[in-house]
Amino acid sequence: MLERVKLTLGRLGHNFINGVWRVGAMTRFFFLVLAASGTSVRRFRLVMREVYFSGVLSLIIIVVSGLFIGMVLGLQGFQTLQRYGATESIGVLVALSLVRELGPVVAALLFASRAGSAITAEIGLMKATEQLTAMDMMAVSPMSRVIAPRFWAGVISMPVLAAIFSAMGIFGGYLVGVVLIGVDNGAFWSQMQAAVDFRYDVLNGVVKSFVFGIAVTVIATFEGFDAPPTAEGVSGATTRTVVSSALTILALDLVLTAFMLRGDA
Amino acid sequence: MERTTIDLWFGAFVIAGFAALLVLALKAGNLGAERPASTYEVQARFDNIGGLKVRAPVRSSGVLVGRVADIHFDNERFQASVTFALDSRYTFPKDTSASILTSGLLGESYVGLDAGGDEKKLAQGDRVAITQSAVVLERLIGQFLFSKAQEDGAKK
Repeated sequence: MLERVKLTLGRLGHNFINGVWRVGAMTRFFFLVLAASGTSVRRFRLVMREVYFSGVLSLIIIVVSGLFIGMVLGLQGFQTLQRYGATESIGVLVALSLVRELGPVVAALLFASRAGSAITAEIGLMKATEQLTAMDMMAVSPMSRVIAPRFWAGVISMPVLAAIFSAMGIFGGYLVGVVLIGVDNGAFWSQMQAAVDFRYDVLNGVVKSFVFGIAVTVIATFEGFDAPPTAEGVSGATTRTVVSSALTILALDLVLTAFMLRGDA
Repeated sequence: MERTTIDLWFGAFVIAGFAALLVLALKAGNLGAERPASTYEVQARFDNIGGLKVRAPVRSSGVLVGRVADIHFDNERFQASVTFALDSRYTFPKDTSASILTSGLLGESYVGLDAGGDEKKLAQGDRVAITQSAVVLERLIGQFLFSKAQEDGAKK
């Protein structure tokens, strides 16, 4: 009995210490990546290749989900706004919720599961098949040749994807609101333009997605780099990437929103 | 420099991102149409500004003519000092009056300008002399109740 309690406590403590260790190691890893970024600037082709894999290939899922989310927002918003006779505000509702919150957050979640997991699996497998060690042997730093380009590609792709997501979402809201339900076209856009501010809403959304891009790629590359070099290890690391990216995105979103709203009031 | 398909995709991707941002800025946001090219600033003192905020609209006859640029408390006269940035396309007589109004019963506060009859026009740095404070709902209800009570007292 006592043994079991001891064991459970020990495991809890181990998990806790492991978690703290990961946070510390990830921060150190982030600075190492920044320090190794010289090659990514000099050989920008490397970054472009990664943007193609993590950004361009994520376009379809981003565009389609953005469209659907905008349409759902339009429908749901219409149901509620109808009660107050304010259906023209449907554009405001769709645009503000997309530009401020849903665009950056959902695009980042999709990016984490579409591109983040792929990055982790790729780097983890490179490690398992000893490609990273081989690079080191040839005096090619895996940090600057493999990790940093993927990091910068994520940082570039994320704001672009979030902006596309929001724009597609607004188009989806327009399709449902104006084309399907028949809200007045002029009122839809003019109310939206009166309520959405470029600096406070659009640019803050871009800042958010930029931060999410950094967070997701740091987590994805770190988990891959840190993965035990076995099939099981790589699969575990991929799962951890998606889970901890999602949690980090949502937690960061709360913090960023709290900061951004303070200046606005 | 040789051309590769990756370059093409990268270019298309970045262009699509900028296009989306442009759509958000121009079609959904207020960049472009709403920012007047040049403005002139006019000040006004109010006893009570209610819920007026910086960047609140300034309207005349319901048309947007400017925005509130700055609000601060004048510690010598114990009044709120409000600065309006008015679009230079519009000029107003010197004896224009400013009042703080609310769109709808619970809507946002805005400043309404009512033009006077003076021949001279307001210029940069001028002060709007005639102002009307925001109507504070609680105070209005208080006054109503007070006068009602007085009426009842007089009847007895």
